[in-house]
Amino acid sequence: MSALGEHAVHPSRGGQRPSRGSKASVERAQSRTGLLFSLPYGLFLLVFGILPSVYAVYLAFTKGGSFVGFANFLKVFGDFRFLPALQHVGLYILVWLIALVILVVLLALVVHSIGARWLSTSVRFLYYIPGAFAGASSVMLWLFVLDPTVSPVSFVLHGLGLNSFVESVQADRLPVVLAVIAFWTGAGGWIVVMYGALNNISREVIEAARVDGAGPIRTAWSIQIPLMRKWISYMVILSFAGGTQLFVEPRVLSQASRGVVSQDYSMNQLAFLYAFKQSDFNGSAAISLVLLAVALILSVFFVFRGGLFERV
Amino acid sequence: MSASESFSNAGPVRMLTPGAWLGRALAILLLIVFALFFVVPLIWLFLAPTKTDRQLLLDGPFSLGSFSTLVDNWNSLATFQHGLLWTWIGNSAFYCIAALVITLVISIPAGYAMALTEFRGRKALLATTLIVMMIPNTALVLPIFLELSAVKLIGNPLAAILPFSFFPFGVYLTYIYFSTAISRDLLDAARIDGAGEVQVFARIAMPLATPVIALVGFFSFTGNWNNYFLPYVMLPGRKAPIQVGLAELLSNVPQFNPTNAGSTTISLSALALATIIAIAPVVIVFLFAQRYLVTGMTAGGTKE
Repeated sequence: MSALGEHAVHPSRGGQRPSRGSKASVERAQSRTGLLFSLPYGLFLLVFGILPSVYAVYLAFTKGGSFVGFANFLKVFGDFRFLPALQHVGLYILVWLIALVILVVLLALVVHSIGARWLSTSVRFLYYIPGAFAGASSVMLWLFVLDPTVSPVSFVLHGLGLNSFVESVQADRLPVVLAVIAFWTGAGGWIVVMYGALNNISREVIEAARVDGAGPIRTAWSIQIPLMRKWISYMVILSFAGGTQLFVEPRVLSQASRGVVSQDYSMNQLAFLYAFKQSDFNGSAAISLVLLAVALILSVFFVFRGGLFERV
Repeated sequence: MSASESFSNAGPVRMLTPGAWLGRALAILLLIVFALFFVVPLIWLFLAPTKTDRQLLLDGPFSLGSFSTLVDNWNSLATFQHGLLWTWIGNSAFYCIAALVITLVISIPAGYAMALTEFRGRKALLATTLIVMMIPNTALVLPIFLELSAVKLIGNPLAAILPFSFFPFGVYLTYIYFSTAISRDLLDAARIDGAGEVQVFARIAMPLATPVIALVGFFSFTGNWNNYFLPYVMLPGRKAPIQVGLAELLSNVPQFNPTNAGSTTISLSALALATIIAIAPVVIVFLFAQRYLVTGMTAGGTKE
């Protein structure tokens, strides 16, 4: 909002100054430059953001070039692999989001209560350094951690009754395993973000609460957590949208587990199989479009309702 | 300063009730447990390449092997399929650096234009950027693949470089940076002094842009280096970057794929070393750019 307001008052301010060219010509030059400067980016946005989406819409509603309505969608929804994939992803997201919200908020509050600066900085650093291991490398590392024969925490695995790698990645445990991997990689970054949000709360508010007799738990529950809400919903929305995209983790696990983890574990893997194994681009586009629509709806909702991006 | 003291919020150490002591002890325990959770796998990973597979199985998980074993593992990786590992690393470097350059060249002027100039469609472009930025990049991979395969670009390095270069988050960061770091009045003053629009950008905005160039560069490079799905789909075989190659190596590890034995095999400890090599550039960038990471992740937020 502020950017627009700023601009509205801008021309009159300029007009009070002695200027060489006329106001209109300066504005025209500015408008031309602005357009020219954003053109290359606009082109990329068109070719790698908008066009692929439009093309996916076209593919999803056609077959061999002719319009088929929802036939492609009905076919993929009816695929015997679709519902299990949806369940896997749904369960994974559920476990992951719960862990993320509870533990990230809790850890951020505790780290924030550390008085010694060096200690707080080091703890945050230790927590987020796994963030460097995104994609295939974090899964690769967790292959070792999950294999009781070499694992640094084999006693934990044995304690849980897991005596081989294959047992560690059994289907019913997989959502939890995937959530642990995702948490290991991404939670630290979010703890740092929440820590920043906590730092933005003024000391006087916290001090006043303490004078009124609120303990740390009461302060956290009634003051700190409500003030972190925007950031928590930002984290939940981004993680939810990211979670629906699950691909690399089950793919690498599938490769490593001799097929115990199936090739079509997640919806993105299924979309991949449609395109690459069955050469059915229409079916692939239909699944991709559903996933894209979920991400788009969440994104639009958050941009206009989330309150984080007030400039729009 | 003792650990318990450092947890007191402010001022002099007060007398603590038993309940407060318990709470504090639980908090410390929680911090330690999660520090171990995040760090133990890393420690293990950095020790593993110094051991043989036999040592990995039999010795304690945190024992240190020998330097000569590390050298052996290095050699077995380096000679794997005539240095395929280096080809993968080279591919990654090529794709990521080319994309980094293109990203900066298109994002910085665009962010500047959206922040400090007025033109038709500015608000629409900004809103679209925000929306696309929040969509996980994997969501567009298959649609982009379908599009690029329609124009027969699959297998061409451009099929990775161009999508890598489309980085709306970078444009948004630049936009935020310029709209807070430079006032429109400053630009107006330069215009009154007779500077043209391009000169205003080159003389005033660019010299101030170093921090945001570093920030965008950091996110572009680390994100693209770690990207698996997009290059996996676009660039098969020898053109793959290291992240895809790493998963490829996995099928040569007999421990995980016993049926595949026979051809060249990779030991578990060599695989651990490969993981370290694959991630090394990003870890190094992470260590030097901690500050950027935080700034970037919170850039969207307006101050409370």
